[in-house]
Amino acid sequence: MYAFSYHSPKTVRQAATLLGKNPDAKVLAGGQTLLPTMKQRLASPSALIDLGKAEGLSGIEVKGRNVVIGAMTRHADVASSAIVGEAIPALAALAGGIGDPAVRNRGTIGGSLANNDPAADYPSAVLALNATIITNKRKIPADEFFQGMFSTALEEGEVIVKVSFPIPSKAAYEKFPNPASRYAMVGVFVAKKGSETRVAVTGAGSDGVFRSAECEAALKARFNPKSLDGVKVKAAGLNSDIHASSEYRAHLIPVIAKRAVAKAMAK
Amino acid sequence: MASVTMIVNGKEVTANVDPRTLLAQFLREHLHLTGTHVGCDTSQCGACVVHVDGRSIKSCTTLAVACDGASVTTIEGIGTPDNLHPMQAAFRENHGLQCGFCTPGMIMSAIDIVNRKGHKLDEHTIREELEGNICRCTGYHNIVKAVAAGAEAMAGK
Ligand SMILES: Cc1cc2nc3c(=O)[nH]c(=O)nc-3n(C[C@H](O)[C@H](O)[C@H](O)COP(=O)(O)OP(=O)(O)OC[C@H]3O[C@@H](n4cnc5c(N)ncnc54)[C@H](O)[C@@H]3O)c2cc1C
Ligand code: FES
Ligand code: FES
Repeated sequence: MYAFSYHSPKTVRQAATLLGKNPDAKVLAGGQTLLPTMKQRLASPSALIDLGKAEGLSGIEVKGRNVVIGAMTRHADVASSAIVGEAIPALAALAGGIGDPAVRNRGTIGGSLANNDPAADYPSAVLALNATIITNKRKIPADEFFQGMFSTALEEGEVIVKVSFPIPSKAAYEKFPNPASRYAMVGVFVAKKGSETRVAVTGAGSDGVFRSAECEAALKARFNPKSLDGVKVKAAGLNSDIHASSEYRAHLIPVIAKRAVAKAMAK
Repeated sequence: MASVTMIVNGKEVTANVDPRTLLAQFLREHLHLTGTHVGCDTSQCGACVVHVDGRSIKSCTTLAVACDGASVTTIEGIGTPDNLHPMQAAFRENHGLQCGFCTPGMIMSAIDIVNRKGHKLDEHTIREELEGNICRCTGYHNIVKAVAAGAEAMAGK
């Protein structure tokens, strides 16, 4: 790891000021992605702005018809939250399936979203649930936030403060994990709210998380696993790597989506 | 350099460290607590697991400076050779180790599992919860047995 200067601001405003003053600075949240990347010298920020002691960034609350989760809330706390378990059990289950217990005790929702790993779990929930990312500067709708792998709408000096999830009537996440890394090879989050059904796919797209138009169209008339029978997803634009070809991933998407819909209906 | 103060195994320590010092490095090289092991460079093996404010974390993927003000417990803090922690005793009795390299991390993770899931642990739960701990020797079978036995023994402590 290359040397850097370390800062521990007490507020988000201080964090933003420090980001402005230090070119090449990066925010440090749980460090579960950033530190391994720095150890491999794939990232070498000049300064780390640790959000660990900044006030008001963690916690979970219900606000109207939304569940609002602070950016520094750890995966383990979302997984075990009674509020999330009650309002959006699919989200609690997703958080409980990220990595392993020690990773879940450090890793945060804000870090996962800012990182936008093409195989990460949270981006699919944010996109399918039509969540809003609230930063120190503005509110960003899910459909505008993710901009290709490892890239987001966040600008220089912009810090995620919280994420607001509208409570769906039905939702579920189904992950087909890579047996070694446990990251999603294909992960599908389905959510139904009113007459709208959204289907977000992670792990498969070469541009990261995306909504499956084919699956959404099939589920529009009837939210039922049977509606997905015979649905074909195109392999173009999907990842091909040593773990799976794009054709295999294309085949998996409706299969996993079907399981997710069945799970959502069983609740 | 940055100043950091934390409680390690009940004792307060203050040090000036290069900010890039990992908690694992700080424990091993500054405090000479070499029970915490480093088995990989990729945050996957769990040999470095310690507790920070009561929660299991990978000390190779945590900066020492980020633990300022925290309370850290390592394998050295849970028992002594004459008075083993029930989880340590269970690993010995169940032959839950061979070379022993993974054992400190296994035991710190196991205690964390008991803290969260209670004293009656089935095999499936233990195997799922040990996702982040890799052992190259035992084949896990006796580790799983040891964790179940240690969890029960901790109830009587
Ligand atoms: C062994 C292992 C297994 C894993 N398995 C999975 C898995 O199965 N599924 C999965 O989804 N993830 C997995 N992860 C990744 C994990 O979920 C990370 O915690 C997460 O991706 C990053 O969150 P973090 O809080 O650790 O962020 P950090 O590593 O601290 O930061 C990541 C990036 O986000 C930026 N950032 C952080 N917080 C903010 C903020 N509030 N505002 C703006 N930018 C910010 C940082 O500057 C950095 O660029 C795994 C990690 C490990 C080590
Ligand atoms: S040394 Fe920390 S996970 Fe391997
Ligand atoms: S006992 Fe040797 S690595 Fe586990």
